[in-house]
Amino acid sequence: MSKKVPKKAYEQTFSYRVKRWLDGAKDPYLDVVEMKPQPEFKESRVVSEEQKEEKKHLRERIYDTEHNAELRIFRKIYHIFCVMFCVFLMFMLLTAVSYLPTVGHEDRPANNEVSERYIESGLQETGAVNIVTGMILDYRAFDTLGESHVLFVATCTVLILLRLDGKKGRNAVGMEPENDRTFEPKDDVILQTVARILVPPIVIFGIYVILCGHLGPGGGFSGGAIIGAGLILYLNAFGFAKTERFFKASTYKKLSFTALACYTFSKCYSFYTGANHIESVIPLGTPGAILSSGLILVLNICVGIVVAGTMYTFYVMFRKGAY
Amino acid sequence: MDLANLLSNYEEAVAMILFGIGFSNLLLQKNLIKKIIGLNIMDTAMYLFLALKGYIEGHKAPIVVDGVQSVEAYINPIPSGLVLTGIVVSVSVSALMLSLTIRLYRRYHTLDLDEITTRLKKEGL
Amino acid sequence: MALVQNLPFLSILLSLFAGPLSSIISGKKAKWVNLFVITVVGIMSAAVLAFVLRSGEPYVYMMGHFPAPWGNEIRVGVLEASMALFFCIIMFLCMIGGSLERMLEIEESKENLYYVMVNLLLCSLLALIYTNDLFTAYVFVEINTISACGLIMIRQNGRTIEAATRYMIMSLLGSGLFLLGVCFLYDLTGHLLMSNIQESVRALHESGKYHVPLLVTISLMSVGLAIKSALYPFHAWLPDAYGYSTLSSAAILSSLVSKGYIFLLIKIFYRVIGFDIIRDSKVINVLFIFGIVGMIMGSVDAIQESNVRRMIAYSSVAQIGYIYMGLGLGTTAGVLASVFHIVSHAATKSLLFVAASGLTDASGGSTDFFDLTGAGYRNKVAGVAFTVGSLSMVGIPMFAGFISKLMFAQAGVESNHKMLLTLVALAISTVLNAVYFMKTVIRIYTPEKREVLAKKNFRRITAADQPAKTVALVCFVVLNLVLGIASEPIVKLFGQGLSMFS
Repeated sequence: MSKKVPKKAYEQTFSYRVKRWLDGAKDPYLDVVEMKPQPEFKESRVVSEEQKEEKKHLRERIYDTEHNAELRIFRKIYHIFCVMFCVFLMFMLLTAVSYLPTVGHEDRPANNEVSERYIESGLQETGAVNIVTGMILDYRAFDTLGESHVLFVATCTVLILLRLDGKKGRNAVGMEPENDRTFEPKDDVILQTVARILVPPIVIFGIYVILCGHLGPGGGFSGGAIIGAGLILYLNAFGFAKTERFFKASTYKKLSFTALACYTFSKCYSFYTGANHIESVIPLGTPGAILSSGLILVLNICVGIVVAGTMYTFYVMFRKGAY
Repeated sequence: MDLANLLSNYEEAVAMILFGIGFSNLLLQKNLIKKIIGLNIMDTAMYLFLALKGYIEGHKAPIVVDGVQSVEAYINPIPSGLVLTGIVVSVSVSALMLSLTIRLYRRYHTLDLDEITTRLKKEGL
Repeated sequence: MALVQNLPFLSILLSLFAGPLSSIISGKKAKWVNLFVITVVGIMSAAVLAFVLRSGEPYVYMMGHFPAPWGNEIRVGVLEASMALFFCIIMFLCMIGGSLERMLEIEESKENLYYVMVNLLLCSLLALIYTNDLFTAYVFVEINTISACGLIMIRQNGRTIEAATRYMIMSLLGSGLFLLGVCFLYDLTGHLLMSNIQESVRALHESGKYHVPLLVTISLMSVGLAIKSALYPFHAWLPDAYGYSTLSSAAILSSLVSKGYIFLLIKIFYRVIGFDIIRDSKVINVLFIFGIVGMIMGSVDAIQESNVRRMIAYSSVAQIGYIYMGLGLGTTAGVLASVFHIVSHAATKSLLFVAASGLTDASGGSTDFFDLTGAGYRNKVAGVAFTVGSLSMVGIPMFAGFISKLMFAQAGVESNHKMLLTLVALAISTVLNAVYFMKTVIRIYTPEKREVLAKKNFRRITAADQPAKTVALVCFVVLNLVLGIASEPIVKLFGQGLSMFS
């Protein structure tokens, strides 16, 4: 319980004397010093608003690109420094290259026991005639798994940015895709005739490249790109109405999920059996036949489906924003 | 700077010059589309550089033909596999950058990144 | 091989699978799938950590049927498992803390794509922590970059898209330089597995052959990764990206994404090239200088900011400068201090972002500095949490920041040439940190005048109004206090992990 003491009693107490010493009101050498009352610090809202207005005007003057000469000079100096940095970088890289081992020689550090085993035992251990396919889909399969997901995540970002979804849902932006067929000739005879002749061979060639990825040059990535190109030609010749009969938004989602899930599960099985030194039950077949080389054929097909769908989706997103 | 070796490594030197050109375009150009073109040049130069790592004079592509499986007959297959991965990565980031450009153009009606930044700084958010 | 040893690979593949899975289910289910995946990965990492501590040595796990230089492999030790566990805890708390903002700011039809990004970001962080192969590291660095860009631009107003563009341009420059360094290293040594590269580099260093390309390679890889983790001159994209994206994105970006690249850089220094060779080349001196300049200039820029989220973002620039200063000291104590600071900064920075968002909610959604007056009384939980975070940043004892500053100072004293510069920079930047953090703490606890309150009509927020955010804030505060008070066993854990890292 505290009560207020009268002023006279307060001036006798010890705490008053300490406070007076701290304030400097009674100094041991100078005795009593006259103190002026200090003004209270009042932060005025008006003053701070004025300061903000001033800063805004200052910013507009500084970044006024047409009239500010200093900004132009600064930009020129920055530009010169960047050019010097790039020239220095190129010079440093050329110096480094001049000390590297010669191109095309046989005895470089890169031609060591690693590539030897790939060439000499690649066919027996993976079953693939094409050594590079065997390498990326069997020896170093983890890298290819990551790389297919790079393609998938890039597609997802393009969908975030460019897909127009209409007005339903929470926080919807509500933009409708515009009709872009007004800008191009409708039902062009030359395009449609050539497309009718060419699209089936293109798609069949793409399927051939995917299926024979382990027997010759090719593989999932190149074959998928060829099929994607065929689909884009079909779309350009015949319009969205015809392609939407077989390729809707849900088609792409289901296809890519199935293909990537299949890929992940096969690799899960393969890595688990490999690390725990269990023999894999998948047969390697005879080299040179189509149904050979274990899981490589399945993986090529999965990757081909993902790449074809991705190429077509990129084109549709850039052109119209909706399927 | 070993000039004789540089001249015999001339393919790699060309790859480095292209890399420098692409890098400076990506950094210094004002137009966004030209920046993306610079990015593509830079990536292509890198694939040239990487593909040269596997080349051995006189040897053929690593696809087993006629059952010949000796090291003397084929080039090094590792860099080819690395280039395959790199090409897919380059396509993905180009698509992403292009869609960002489309969105920026729709909103600000300019392709100049400096101008967009200056406009936003003037608003001073 | 024990079943526990399969868990790191299973955690990488589980988060990788959750990515495409989230793209076909609806937004609400994707949120629960995401939280489930983070919890399961956290439990698996804890089990792996217990196993590796008991066995006392790291082990190597073959990815595929073929052993080391012909196939991929991952390597698990104490440091990797503990980092994975911490990252999972912090990502879980960030996702919980930002759930209200996600509901308000993201379009419903694109919500599941956001969870795809978060799952793939978790997968790439785990892969960067565990990998033992340099080219796998490059591929997962690219996944990390693209998903971080997706996290920034999910909010889709003009500023976030411009910030995402500038982030992508700088990041791609860094990736290009890093890939070039990997190509050079492959040409010089012929291997892509980290342990094999180390033997070859040691042989090359001793024989003196290929001296110039080795130096160029080291600088290319360091500069590439430094550009990607926003070291001082390359930080221009950071304030816009952190300041305007949605809350859980800002928290995850500032605490986890840059740290993944720094961890990869530490791994390259220790396992690919060998720390003594790095010290002989003078590359770490350059990192040291840039770290010190970043420490000071980041704080100077933060003082001038009047938007509280951008201020916290500039403070991130300064903290990344601390970590590079620790790396640049060139001693084991310095690297240990950097590793501890990675963890303590991750915990504190996400705490500050979530608490600042709680305070701005109580001030009518405005992030302006003057509107925050008295916000500590309107939202008590966020006020206390923000105070704890600021005290930790400044370095008051009992909080996590004090332990990291103490370790930096001890590491600085041990090294001969750099002692004076380190201690002076630490002192200056502590004072600068105190200026802007204490200014904010004082402002949120200054009572606002009645007439202004009546005009603006800010509402009070109690703990029950925002349950998810309150739970996240309480857990963050507890984590900070644990790191500050019980830091001795954690530092010993990291020290043990670092000794078996190379």
